[in-house]
Amino acid sequence: MIEFISGSMFFGITLSIVAYGVGLLIMRRFNIFIFNPLLVSIALTIIFLLATGIDYQSYNNSAKYLSYLLTPATVCLAIPLYEQIMLLKKNFTAIMVGIAAGVFFGLLTIFVMALMFALGHYEYVTLLPKSITTAIGIGLSEELAGCVPITVTSIMITGLFGNIAGKGICRLFGIEHPVAKGVAIGTSAHVMGTTKAMEMGEVEGAMSSLSVAVAGGMTVLGAILFSTFL
Amino acid sequence: MILAVSFVGELLNRLLPLPVPASIYGMIILFVALCCGFIKLSSVKIVGKFLIDILPLLFIPATVGLIEAWDTMQSFIVEIVVISLLSTVVVAVVSGRVTQFIIKKRNCND
Repeated sequence: MIEFISGSMFFGITLSIVAYGVGLLIMRRFNIFIFNPLLVSIALTIIFLLATGIDYQSYNNSAKYLSYLLTPATVCLAIPLYEQIMLLKKNFTAIMVGIAAGVFFGLLTIFVMALMFALGHYEYVTLLPKSITTAIGIGLSEELAGCVPITVTSIMITGLFGNIAGKGICRLFGIEHPVAKGVAIGTSAHVMGTTKAMEMGEVEGAMSSLSVAVAGGMTVLGAILFSTFL
Repeated sequence: MILAVSFVGELLNRLLPLPVPASIYGMIILFVALCCGFIKLSSVKIVGKFLIDILPLLFIPATVGLIEAWDTMQSFIVEIVVISLLSTVVVAVVSGRVTQFIIKKRNCND
């Protein structure tokens, strides 16, 4: 059976979709933020793989076709942005300054915490790209000579956390304006956060998508500067 | 159409020596093309909506891949998690509050 699964072209995709379906069902039933569909489906998939002893490579043999759609799907984030173009023009300065401030303080926080934890240069530059979308983060981590798998891990933790807690953080810190919510989530938790912003509303989703791209660009420049500090 | 845009994005990603991923090039190209009327909204809207709807699902395989990296990061996993969570909150609060502050200030001036 295991051998059959390892060679199967549809096992990984099926497992991911079933796990995601279960995640959605649980979310609908309980509606508590910790039962986030993304978190639940990832946990279920990992548990299933560990329990059956199927290795990641066999799973990814077929699941990689889902990852393959990630690029076109991210490209599509331009559509809601285009639909909200008037709002973007109207609030252009506020959005750009907000993203820049977020990126700067994000890098600063990582710098301060790296000092507190007495991390070396290698660990420090590995974590600098953590708030940006995976594809840019990988490129930046390589550029800074960091450890790419760990960068990806920190990006995933960030995205997952932003997806789960983004809404709560906005409420807790009095971020009420839909444009500001979108900027907050997109700048802090890249595309994974944006999927949540999309659920919150069209404006939030569009502003979040924009922030992912802009914050990505700003972080590349900022991180190269910050990498010389430690 | 969307695949074509993704392909052009990929091409730019290979040709230009910048750490900009194909998806971000593609996003910019699609946005500009929609603004110029080069691509009609109606021609991408349905597929686009579908892809955005299933976006969370598309993240599962890559994230599950973390189990592969487990051994390399075990030594400083606590630091990774703490720094990741805390800086995410800082970025969200700063960027959100600053944006909101400027929007409100300008609305008062109007």
